[in-house]
Amino acid sequence: MSEATLLSARGLTLRFGAIPALVGVDVDLWPGEMLAVVGESGSGKTTLLNVLSGRLAPDAGAVWYRDPAGRLHDVHTMPAPALRTLHRSDWGFVQQDPKQNLRMNVSAGGNVGERLMAQGARHYGNIRAQALDWLTQVEIDADRIDDLPRTFSGGMLQRLQIARTLVTHPRLVFMDEPTGGLDVSVQARLLDLIRSLVTRIAAVLVTHDIAVARLLAHRIAVMQRGRVVETGLTDQVLDDPQHPYTQLLVSSVLNA
Amino acid sequence: MAPVMLRTEGLAKGFTLHLRGGIRLPVLAGVTLQVHAGECVVLSGPSGSGKSTLMRSLFGNYRAESGRILVRHGGELVDLAAADPRAILAIRHDTLGYVSQFLRVVPRVPALDVVAETLIARGTAIDTALERATDLLLRLNIPHRLHGLPPATFSGGEQQRVNLARGFIAGHPILLLDEPTASLDAGNRTVVVDMIREAKSRGTAIVAICHDTDVRDAIADRLFPLTPLQDAA
Repeated sequence: MSEATLLSARGLTLRFGAIPALVGVDVDLWPGEMLAVVGESGSGKTTLLNVLSGRLAPDAGAVWYRDPAGRLHDVHTMPAPALRTLHRSDWGFVQQDPKQNLRMNVSAGGNVGERLMAQGARHYGNIRAQALDWLTQVEIDADRIDDLPRTFSGGMLQRLQIARTLVTHPRLVFMDEPTGGLDVSVQARLLDLIRSLVTRIAAVLVTHDIAVARLLAHRIAVMQRGRVVETGLTDQVLDDPQHPYTQLLVSSVLNA
Repeated sequence: MAPVMLRTEGLAKGFTLHLRGGIRLPVLAGVTLQVHAGECVVLSGPSGSGKSTLMRSLFGNYRAESGRILVRHGGELVDLAAADPRAILAIRHDTLGYVSQFLRVVPRVPALDVVAETLIARGTAIDTALERATDLLLRLNIPHRLHGLPPATFSGGEQQRVNLARGFIAGHPILLLDEPTASLDAGNRTVVVDMIREAKSRGTAIVAICHDTDVRDAIADRLFPLTPLQDAA
């Protein structure tokens, strides 16, 4: 391990009342790698994602982010404006429900361009050109650039969210079930897109679908009832599971 | 004397089936295997003797329980069994290739891209990679009209030939081949045997599982026998 981690967490603990959502969770993420967090409903994966991204504060433990200059920042004690800046630039967040991350009363091009403007971009022609480029990359017809997202299908909304997220060239992307609820053919297209666009970007991908984890992730963390029970190389954890729960999870998956 | 490219020392591997009350299945014990550059070692032994287990352990797909798996990576012998995930991925990227028995099909990706991907990931320019992928697919008798199609609808033999192209194209110094000719007709078996011979002459160290005795005789410099640790019931 000669390269320093991009994001690290130690001892993350969080209870929702009597429910232990996270119990002593450690996470490491290196630059350019995708880490899948898998587990069944209620295992704590989305809670983990929210704590890692600073959206939810843990009861105990800490999350550190290493900026491009190599400095470490504690995500939960950094000033709120600094965290907001991070989310607008170096970080991205892809929600399961794309409407939560899109402005439905702003055009598709506007949704993509807005992130650029929030970073200080001012030249309208350039912003529009970049937006057009990204819409093309996520396979949205160029002539939809001025359409409102309310006219888009679920798959299109998700692809628009991805374009909006990637336009600022983030170093780290958090993804919460990005293909959840989509039809299989739509899901296949989206996975293909993520596979080709999210390269050399570090990402934490929460998914209940082990096949998605196998396709996309370098490493995988398996969660059960708030704990990470096993972590490692994706194909090794899935083909040679050590922990009883991982063995159960892997043996439960149907192959089409 | 050609350098040692791969060496295991006291490799042991078993499985604990927690869903079956924790039954333990020992598969490999004290395996000591050595492969030199330009050499092809074929693992032999009856079904269940641990050939695939050994091969997957060599690739880091299975986790060794004890012992070392030394791989010549970047000029040095590195222990894969003790390596962290990033190191294993780096070894697979640069040094260690694996051709599984069946192609793992990914939706939507055309056969040509499946093959070219490995080469592009290793820094080859896209046009060159696509050209070499085309040539290799044609050599393996996959015609042009199939190159743009995702392999999901291909026959088993066609899928395996795409898999072989993907495994051979990158020119890894060490190759693990699991039943490379199992789904192939005689003509294609000859093509693959030629590809293996060419790889050997380039100094590639090869470990293979091969039940076809003709192919085995054509490619093997040595056999490495494995015996089952547990008697058949």
